[in-house]
Amino acid sequence: MSTPTLKPTRPWKLTPKQRGLIVLNLVIASALSYLIVLLTPMKGKLAYLSIFFIATIVINFAENYFKRGLAAAKDSIATSFAAAGLIVAVVPIFSILFTIFERGRAGLNFGLFLHDMKLNGPNDPLNQGGLLHALIGSGIMVGIALLISLPIGILTAIYLTEIKGIYSRPIKFLVQAMSGVPSIVAGLFILSAIVFPITKSSSGLMGGFALAILMIPTIARTSEEVLLLIPNDLREAGVALGGTQWRTISLIVVPAAKSGLITATILGLARVAGETAPLVLVSGGGDAVNTNPFQSPMGSLPFYIWKGFTFGTTESIARSWAGIFVLLSLIFILFIAARTLSGSRSSK
Amino acid sequence: MINPNEDGNEDMETKSTPSSLSDVAKANQARKQPGSGALGVGLEARSIHAWFGDKLVLRDISLDFWSGTVTALIGPSGCGKSTFIRTLNRMHEFIPGAAMAGEVLLNGQDIYEQGTDVTKIRLKVGMVFQKPNPFPSMTIADNVLAGLKLAQLKSENKDDLLEECLERAGLWNEVKDRLNAYGGSLSGGQQQRLCIARSLAVRPEVLLMDEPCSALDPGSTLKIEETIQHLSSSMTIIIVTHNMQQAARVSDYTGFFLSDGGPGELVEVGPTSEIFSRPKDIRTENYVTGRFG
Repeated sequence: MSTPTLKPTRPWKLTPKQRGLIVLNLVIASALSYLIVLLTPMKGKLAYLSIFFIATIVINFAENYFKRGLAAAKDSIATSFAAAGLIVAVVPIFSILFTIFERGRAGLNFGLFLHDMKLNGPNDPLNQGGLLHALIGSGIMVGIALLISLPIGILTAIYLTEIKGIYSRPIKFLVQAMSGVPSIVAGLFILSAIVFPITKSSSGLMGGFALAILMIPTIARTSEEVLLLIPNDLREAGVALGGTQWRTISLIVVPAAKSGLITATILGLARVAGETAPLVLVSGGGDAVNTNPFQSPMGSLPFYIWKGFTFGTTESIARSWAGIFVLLSLIFILFIAARTLSGSRSSK
Repeated sequence: MINPNEDGNEDMETKSTPSSLSDVAKANQARKQPGSGALGVGLEARSIHAWFGDKLVLRDISLDFWSGTVTALIGPSGCGKSTFIRTLNRMHEFIPGAAMAGEVLLNGQDIYEQGTDVTKIRLKVGMVFQKPNPFPSMTIADNVLAGLKLAQLKSENKDDLLEECLERAGLWNEVKDRLNAYGGSLSGGQQQRLCIARSLAVRPEVLLMDEPCSALDPGSTLKIEETIQHLSSSMTIIIVTHNMQQAARVSDYTGFFLSDGGPGELVEVGPTSEIFSRPKDIRTENYVTGRFG
């Protein structure tokens, strides 16, 4: 029997008075840090921040100690450290994003996506030339890497989680070790194993190979984690319906893990899209659009960025920042796509 | 379509009078005398032993299952009932470290004989698991027909098969308008009946049910029990259950498993009415009357 005047309340939420107290604490802490910096030889932004942090902890501790006792006071210290950790982690990320947007803005224009640098030097005005060749090169090389590493990575993960053959342990170890390989080593490997002895020239295909070496462990490890989350019930149900192991894997386990496998793939793409070192070694870099991965050097976004910075003029550096902006936006779009694709299943 | 038939009504009444367990069992017995209408011995377990690693978990179980009967396996947790039924369709070997000894004869053929195609065995001996496990990536219709795809079977008319299986599982009326919804959108009891429909689609001769109602509410349990009774006319059903009233309601025969800390053993097996009214072994009597376990 509820009366119509009853209003829904949330007694577990902070009251305005409590909110006011929190703000008051922060104000006192700021004032305190200002005074201390003013009166002591400690100076600078770092001094403000650290004194503010210590003051907040002390004030919160005191308030909670007198109101609710020692346990609550300790709890408030932990909360303060957690909040500080959050700020330390998040501020640099936003700072980086802001800097890239700020500096990349100057070099951004629509022509960027229509022209290459065949006829323009890095010192030319920003409205001439573009990074079409780098965009296409990155697309082709990352595409080649994806074609190679997607099947290898996912099949490796299936071997490790489903088939669990006798080589599982060494392969698991190898995959983990491979994911720690510095990217330049992948480049050097392709250079010494294929480019020098066989092709004798750099090309987009070689770049794709080098990126694939970096991409396989990322995809394999993430896919392995995803497949391990699939409940064993489903495998048993598939086998109990008269399916062979392979049909159970391909018709039930992999479709059930689909969204996670897509995420794994996109993480792998994002991992290699910004790789510079191996591409400098094996795909060279060109200023003209090259759509043939089998012949002649091929440009890429990271290479374009690197080249602009090494030139060192105002225009070339502005070009590089614009390149960074484009690259980061692409990776960002990939991540959003991954989130959307993996989220769409759970909402059903 | 499920009509509350006489058996169903009787079941409802039993719930309010738990003392009449043996009466229900007797009534069931009257409904189906052993051997009457049976198609001959379908599945025979001969001296089954099972191990996990070095640990013997089942000792010397021999049990026959007539075609067209329902056999309930009861006993406390951990006495090897589930392990036993998993040896009957070779799901036991799916667990790492598992081993077994003995023979399981399906129509006279040992299913563990060298060269036997294990996937064919599992087609003939279907299984319903404790937790409802519809395939999450598939619709209701796809779930029912998943067995055909998995086992690469051909079906003349998939729509008819779909309807028939859902009908036999007592789910058709509830889902016929949303066959393209995902299996996970159903309630727990409906999911379990979907899993039963899924096992029926490959036309098994034997259906193993491993505590199919333990995760379900009484209403869904009743529906599944009705389903079991409908199915029992056309196939052999072996059901593991912790619910003794359920064993009394649905089964023709009951086997009592027990482990005294060591491997599980079959203490007694017989017509359900006898197991619940005058068991031969004192341990069975203690268990079915609720004095332990």
